[in-house]
Amino acid sequence: MASTIRVRATSNGDITEVQALIQHPMDSGFVKDAKGEIIPPHFIQQLTFEYDGKSVFVADWGGGVSKDPYVKFSFKGGKKGDDLKISWVDNKGATDTTTAKIQ
Amino acid sequence: MSIVRKSGNRFSKEIMLKNKSRMLRASTLSLALALLMAGATPVLAADSEVDFRAAYAAAETANKEAGLLRNQWTVTAAALAEARKAADKGDFDQAIASSKEAEALAKASIFQATSEKTLWKELEIH
Amino acid sequence: MRSAIHLASAALALAALAFGAVPSAVAADTPNPPADAKAFRDFFTQKFPKVKLEDFVNGPYSMNEDLHRQWEEKEQFPPYEFSVDMGKEMFSKPFKNGKSYADCFPNQGIGIRQNYPYFDEKEGKVITLELALNRCREVNGEPPFSFLKDEMAALTAYMAFTSRGKPFDIKIPDDPRALEAYQNGKRYFYTRRGQLNFSCATCHVQSPGERIRAEVLAPALGILNAMPIYRSEWSGMGTISRRFTTCNTQIRGVPLNPQDDEYRDLEYYLSYVSNGLPISGPGARP
Repeated sequence: MASTIRVRATSNGDITEVQALIQHPMDSGFVKDAKGEIIPPHFIQQLTFEYDGKSVFVADWGGGVSKDPYVKFSFKGGKKGDDLKISWVDNKGATDTTTAKIQ
Repeated sequence: MSIVRKSGNRFSKEIMLKNKSRMLRASTLSLALALLMAGATPVLAADSEVDFRAAYAAAETANKEAGLLRNQWTVTAAALAEARKAADKGDFDQAIASSKEAEALAKASIFQATSEKTLWKELEIH
Repeated sequence: MRSAIHLASAALALAALAFGAVPSAVAADTPNPPADAKAFRDFFTQKFPKVKLEDFVNGPYSMNEDLHRQWEEKEQFPPYEFSVDMGKEMFSKPFKNGKSYADCFPNQGIGIRQNYPYFDEKEGKVITLELALNRCREVNGEPPFSFLKDEMAALTAYMAFTSRGKPFDIKIPDDPRALEAYQNGKRYFYTRRGQLNFSCATCHVQSPGERIRAEVLAPALGILNAMPIYRSEWSGMGTISRRFTTCNTQIRGVPLNPQDDEYRDLEYYLSYVSNGLPISGPGARP
């Protein structure tokens, strides 16, 4: 199955800029469906970006983050050609992971 | 009701009997009044319901005409729904009021559709 | 005031008929689409002299610098990507009878979005892309999709994507029915409706760049070029049908059915007056 994570990381030698788009319903658990029943909460709880074995960005999310979240951040370091590992865990225990090369 | 009291009491038997018959007459009177009113109330309620049905039908007819003009308003449908809800609860006064509001809204939407047939040109870019 | 105007014009029409003359109103009613399109374009380029013609297709982003910057950033990782991929996948998957969408469209459905809608002279009606897609499904024994979102949005997103950059090329054949459809669409666009008494023009001609509640309004020129869109307000994709129907509801008018004649004609008019502007779809909007 295709990854839910799309990522692009570019390094200028000094700083690496990372953008990621993650496919996830991010249901808060407060929204009702057309029948008036609550759509159960289903959202990413933790999102982690790792470089060289260290976490460079960790997000602890709740139901307030919208569907298909988009993340953009920068970190010091990171070389072209190196790996950047991204993974998330949601409240149902599901996970996904991907690795991208820094460009 | 019969209350037996010792004689000598001001509530002597004769007086009690008189009171009793007075009370009986009074209760008969009030019963009669109650029966009269009970008989009357359904008649009044029926009038309200008839008025509601007429008002609702008028609103529906106007809204249907707006529909033929492809120009119904969402608030008209909402007012009609409010009218139905009130009628289901037996609150015909409210039901009539909502029906009349729906009819007014429907008529306004008809006026809008009719007048816009020529007025749209005023907004056109030339 | 209005009834006075009505009476006056009624009297004039009657008088004209009485004299056997052709009322000038009839001549003025014969639509001149090329003149309309030029006037439409000029109106917006004059109102917004700093906006390049092709930028009008970016809607609110062409009206507000800050929004434009945020949008440019987001376009590197657009939220409609998933929909385009889904559309591409659907396009390549054959129906149960072995045929596919490619068999229903010229050039296998690739790079043709800018030609829709078109006037079908056999049927005597306007055919939009969404309508053509569902008809393709039906003639091949497949159930139609909702016109509003999900699969229909994915298909039109993919088709729009293959036409990115190509200018709108809507044709009005020399057929009175086509002219009538065009005119119907134009009339719909300017007609006020709903309890709020708004026409499409009220927001998109009179007030582009201004705000309605928190939203910056898009200009009508090029307004369909970015469709279908991933709209943050919807947390998802929506088609032209979705936008037309939800807009009706927002001004408290009961929407018509998706792909009713009025909507098809409206799309015909709006697309035609944006001829020459590039397809930018699928798009992202607030």
